[in-house]
Amino acid sequence: MSGVLVIAEQRRGELRPVSLELIGAARGLRSAADPVAVALLGAEPSAHVAAVSIAGVDEIIAVPLGVAEFEPDVFEDAVAALIAARAPSVVLVAHSVDSFGYAPALAARLQLGFATDVFKVERVDGALVATRGGYGQKVHVEVDFPGRATVLLALRPNVFKAPDAAVAGAAVAGAADSRRPPVTAFEPPAAASRTMGGRFVELSSADDIDMASAEFILSIGRGIGEESKVAQFRELADAVGATLGCSRPVADAGWLPKSRQVGQSGKTASACKLYIAMGVSGAIQHLAGMKHVGTIVAVNSDAEASIFGVAKYGIVGDVFEIAEELRRHFGGTP
Amino acid sequence: MKILVAVKQVAALDEDFEIRADGRDVDPEFLVRDLNEWDDYALEEAVRIKEAAATTVEVVVVCVGPDDADESLKKCLAKGADRAVRIWDEAIAGSDSIAVARILAAAARKEAPDLLFAGVQSSDQAFASTGIATAGFLGWPHTAVVAKLEYTAGASRARVRRELEGGLLHEVEIECPAVLTIQLGINTPRYASLRSIKQAAAKPIESWNLAALGLGAADVGEAGSLSRVRRMYVPDKGRAQLIEGDAAAQALRLAEIIREFKGAAP
Repeated sequence: MSGVLVIAEQRRGELRPVSLELIGAARGLRSAADPVAVALLGAEPSAHVAAVSIAGVDEIIAVPLGVAEFEPDVFEDAVAALIAARAPSVVLVAHSVDSFGYAPALAARLQLGFATDVFKVERVDGALVATRGGYGQKVHVEVDFPGRATVLLALRPNVFKAPDAAVAGAAVAGAADSRRPPVTAFEPPAAASRTMGGRFVELSSADDIDMASAEFILSIGRGIGEESKVAQFRELADAVGATLGCSRPVADAGWLPKSRQVGQSGKTASACKLYIAMGVSGAIQHLAGMKHVGTIVAVNSDAEASIFGVAKYGIVGDVFEIAEELRRHFGGTP
Repeated sequence: MKILVAVKQVAALDEDFEIRADGRDVDPEFLVRDLNEWDDYALEEAVRIKEAAATTVEVVVVCVGPDDADESLKKCLAKGADRAVRIWDEAIAGSDSIAVARILAAAARKEAPDLLFAGVQSSDQAFASTGIATAGFLGWPHTAVVAKLEYTAGASRARVRRELEGGLLHEVEIECPAVLTIQLGINTPRYASLRSIKQAAAKPIESWNLAALGLGAADVGEAGSLSRVRRMYVPDKGRAQLIEGDAAAQALRLAEIIREFKGAAP
């Protein structure tokens, strides 16, 4: 068993950015004995060949599928066939909603070494070691895979560095075609899908706020306790000139529309420069949408809250009291 | 018809926890246990199907865990589950999500439900794999991260919405029996009433061992797992610069940070 097989991820005709991060991680595991192959699965797999023709990719495998979008049975059977044909030592997929839908079933079926939400991977004395979080990310857990010839790892997005574009460009346009990875076609077995009629549904929003373009966000979380408290923070956000955002529990409870949710399944605070998190504990899914922000201020009564791990400034205290005191500095008491 | 809901009793860490002597887990003395949050939504979704059905629907919760997991199962009974099954054997200790899935698959073969629900992930180890791995062992259709479900008791298909990244949903139809992993927010789980808590306390919890499921020690624990924990440790965390003082002083500094930002903003 040798080789690193990357399963690139596409959606609606676009290569998802995490695919390049997987290639970045694969390059870290690459050796003469373990060349890197990138598999493109989809209705038109060749569409993204150029995007993954990156230095350090030894082969691109185009896997045509009869479906335009992700379907668990089709992907599971195709990747199972690829693994059987190529016998890689490592298979890398994204820790994404699509992978959630087939990777565990594949690992169970083929009895592959398996770990999810991996944020570090290395070889220690020849053995593959993956690191992930445990107990709500409060500890790190190193796992290994004794006796498993092939190990399937689902890597956490936004952690592994994607190869930079310059390198990618050089590999394709530069010294030449000899450096461009060869493209191999792989015909997967015909698969019967038991999920059908897939269609995308955009998040309908009760207000047309665009969290992605907001430069200053004041976000509230479970720590505000009850719906009646939302008004106080809405008023505070207005007074300080911030866009009001929230974490998942607030949107799930219906206290704020889903369009205001920052995080993996909500919006990414792409343009944000100042992010004030009040009563937000800092679940990994929330951090995914805001940890990149330059100045994060966390206000939380729990000094151990994960949010303090990504914040520049921390205030351990009562969110309501801080909110009231802060309000005084911006145009008096409401 | 029958809906099987796989639930987990998860563990949260006490404030000043310690790592176990062998360095591979947290000392259990420092663990605070509760029903996994995602599973609360999965159970609620099953109970709602039951309540809306014209025919009889049985909701069975199944949990792989030692006897202290009965507490979570009682909670499920109080919230509307008809039966609760707990599966345990000393050999199960140290199982990863895949070994647990093998046990759940065996339980599903025995119970033969029309639908099997699990939470998307557990709040403690967050593998996000137990439910779908169970489907893999069973060979059943499966869909992960279900944020909306339309299903009429007894129907041969369910319509589900997968919650994708970035606020996008993907709607599909799936053949039953199927395994669905249920996302937070799909419903609002009910609180158990005092009366139902009392009634649940009197209900039995069925206790199964591995032999009852046709499994042996080699199928579970470390031998039946696809990964092995080498080491668990407390990471060096990036740490926020703390703003000290009373609330007034803290808020004053925060106001300055906001003004600095506004002064710098174009």
